[in-house]
Amino acid sequence: MAHQAAGKHGYPAAARVGLWGWINQRLPIDAFLRSQVVEYYAPKNFNIWYFFGSLALLALVMQLVTGIFLTMFYKVGAATSFDSVEFIMREVPYGWLIRYLHSAGASAFFLVVYLHMYRGMLYGSYKAPRELLWLLGMFIYLALVAEGFLGYVLPWGNMSFWAATVIVNLFGTIPGIGPGLVEWIRGDYGIADATLNRFFSLHVVAVPLVLLLLVALHLVALHEVGSNNPDGIEIKEKKDAKGRPLDGIPFHPYYTVKDIVGVCVFLTLLAIVVFFVPTFGDLFLEKANFEPANPLSTPDPISPSWYFTPYYAILRAVPDQRIGALLMLIAVLSFSFLPWLDRSPVKSMRYRGWISKTFLGLFTISFLVLMYLGMRPAQEPYVTMARIFAVPYFASFWLMPFYSRIDAVEPVPERVTFHG
Amino acid sequence: MSEIGAIADHQQPEIDPSRRKFLTVATGATAAVGVVLAAVPFVASWAPSERARALGAPLEVDLSKLQVGQMITPIWRLSPIYIVRRDPGTIDLLPKHDNELRDPKSEHSIQPPYARNEMRARRADVLVLIGICTHLGCLPRQFFDAGDPVLGANWPGGFLCPCHGSRFDLAGRVFNGSPAPTNLSVPPYDFRGQDTLIIGSEDVATKGAA
Amino acid sequence: MAKFAALVLTLLSAPLVLAAAEPAASDSAGSAPVRWEEWHAGNAVADTASLQRGARNFMDYCIGCHSLKYMRYQRMADDLKIPTSVLNAKLVAAGSTNLDYIVPAMPAADAANWFGKTAPDLSLIARSRSVDYIYRFLKTFYSDPGRSTRSNNLAYPSTAMPAVLSELEGVKAAVFRDAKSPSGGTATTEKVFDHFESIVPGTVTPEQFDGFVRDTVNFLDYVGEPVQVERRSMGTWVVLFLLLLSALAWMLKKEYWKDVH
Repeated sequence: MAHQAAGKHGYPAAARVGLWGWINQRLPIDAFLRSQVVEYYAPKNFNIWYFFGSLALLALVMQLVTGIFLTMFYKVGAATSFDSVEFIMREVPYGWLIRYLHSAGASAFFLVVYLHMYRGMLYGSYKAPRELLWLLGMFIYLALVAEGFLGYVLPWGNMSFWAATVIVNLFGTIPGIGPGLVEWIRGDYGIADATLNRFFSLHVVAVPLVLLLLVALHLVALHEVGSNNPDGIEIKEKKDAKGRPLDGIPFHPYYTVKDIVGVCVFLTLLAIVVFFVPTFGDLFLEKANFEPANPLSTPDPISPSWYFTPYYAILRAVPDQRIGALLMLIAVLSFSFLPWLDRSPVKSMRYRGWISKTFLGLFTISFLVLMYLGMRPAQEPYVTMARIFAVPYFASFWLMPFYSRIDAVEPVPERVTFHG
Repeated sequence: MSEIGAIADHQQPEIDPSRRKFLTVATGATAAVGVVLAAVPFVASWAPSERARALGAPLEVDLSKLQVGQMITPIWRLSPIYIVRRDPGTIDLLPKHDNELRDPKSEHSIQPPYARNEMRARRADVLVLIGICTHLGCLPRQFFDAGDPVLGANWPGGFLCPCHGSRFDLAGRVFNGSPAPTNLSVPPYDFRGQDTLIIGSEDVATKGAA
Repeated sequence: MAKFAALVLTLLSAPLVLAAAEPAASDSAGSAPVRWEEWHAGNAVADTASLQRGARNFMDYCIGCHSLKYMRYQRMADDLKIPTSVLNAKLVAAGSTNLDYIVPAMPAADAANWFGKTAPDLSLIARSRSVDYIYRFLKTFYSDPGRSTRSNNLAYPSTAMPAVLSELEGVKAAVFRDAKSPSGGTATTEKVFDHFESIVPGTVTPEQFDGFVRDTVNFLDYVGEPVQVERRSMGTWVVLFLLLLSALAWMLKKEYWKDVH
């Protein structure tokens, strides 16, 4: 065994010795890891915006682990869910910590994913040949939105109940099939035990499996085309004699060691939240959810978690329920069209003109303002402001075919800008 | 411009391999400590919850109505507890069949120190056992009468497990030939006064009491 | 005659008593209305002595109607450093043991009959409303002879709860004044709260009552999340450890990236 030639995968003989060699002859673990991590070259000019992909993966693993443990103690059922969460908080050893990690982790997951998506908008990471990579990311985002919504219902607090009521009612706006669809989703005449139970199954089993599959596909797609970078240059276009990109460095050890720093900083910030401000001033665990679900009393004010509020603001800004729901859907899905809306010849914002930068700035400001507005009650001046800020939000996407084409561009350098 | 990519082979030897190794080991060791510490809450969460511990709190049993030869079976910590009122006279007969027992001195069975005697109890007249056969966990049945027709004229009285035939005497000690490896276990218990048995608490008796 | 004089003197002195003993964080009696909405509980959950007093207050005044159904007596005693003997003697309600959850003697059905609704469980009230709200609620009961409970509340108008602390605090009246309605439109005026006036003095001073309320609120803060003090102290160590790990990781990264040019 030890004397066999380098074998099918051409890796060093040392990896083919002993038990490890026996395994690798039958399952190419070593070759796979080597090809994906050591022989995979990433651009050397990654900046801070490039931490969030690995952090998103960490957040996913954390949610899975804490979620698995929560499921060991949580008792799903309209009569038992709320009590079982308090049981976890008070009577399961360290149950409170597992719960806070999961609730803060959900918000951390969304924060990281938003920053990860924003990087794509900054550097044109959605442009060819990465359109499918971007679309897979959008599917992950949508699955995450579903997962977050489903998970929020499970504690069966009053906000859980009413969030479920409002969001499921949105499906009623679909012409024709709407009302029947709502009852089919609920499994009852109102949000009830049947709804809670099926949401539990979807949240714990179905959507996580979908997420894992999508993340795997996302990584495969990434490794197929390679990472973009802040300069928007394709590093594979300039290779050395051995076929290695001149501006690339092996992912391992350079980005493993850099990502570990990102992980440590992320965990530090997460620990500060979990141990010192787990409710984060009503943003991560809302006050109304410390009361059990009450079909006779809607919380005032009612709003979803912060990561949904930009879209919620748009929903409420429109007086017509059906159009509001449709616009909200378009607001979420607009990101998916970026690879085709963007007609700029350059990828990165660094080399685009002032028009693109202005629109990106408008998008950023309006997203954040809408996020704030969605948390406020449905009164003036918030409703009017939401109408105002929805305009630059949509414009930054749907006017892009025009402004990205007429905008000035700067010459893109031959090699990446890297400052040691 | 290096021809071999961004990693320069021919740079000045600023790289100190021992520093690199030290930092790798230091970071790795600290991270490993962190991983172990992070595992603690998850592992600890499996321990019995406060609710389980509250439900498993000491159980008080009133013995005032327990007649000789009678057994009651309350549940403590999810196990049946056999409480038998013994005729104190039978205690003297216990050593007679020691040679038929696998572990007459209770050297391999589970009992508190005060039950590691011939009668395996604090008091002669009250036998307290965990009613779970030490073979595979069935509940042994009571056959307290000596010379029982089913068990033979030599039968001194005790328990017979219906699943695989293990036999135990009136102190819960296992007979040779039984599949059960050892004597029935004795839970921690104490008395308060004459008629109150407390299962699961050692500290109920006043200090200095016999 | 003497009785009449005594009555006049009492009534005259009531405003003086009220003016002299101000509740925490309120404006002094004068032209400005008392801003009860800005009162803060100012409690400290790490103050075990305060929590012990609050526990005793709760068992004396609240347990009759309100449950703390997620809290066990023994857990409370362990966290508040109350010996089990004291717990059993002074705090455990009749019919319960130290291992039970804290539930009241009044059956829920009776409460619904007598007060119109069941008194809510208070385990999580500090988290669902806030300590400031509870503080304000307990301190803004006022006499309202028209209601079946003879009282009303500024923080929770038309509450079904009677002024159970009026023996301690005394009975006070709420003085409203006319103010233009906010929209400043036509000559509509509305009643706006101005200040309290003591009608019957309580058995404790206003400072003592304020401390009583603060201790009780503090206790409810604890009950909302019993692990919170331990959580914060654990957090200090965790964050310090992670900062150390981050520093090491950073140095390691810097070391490896010397390769990259």
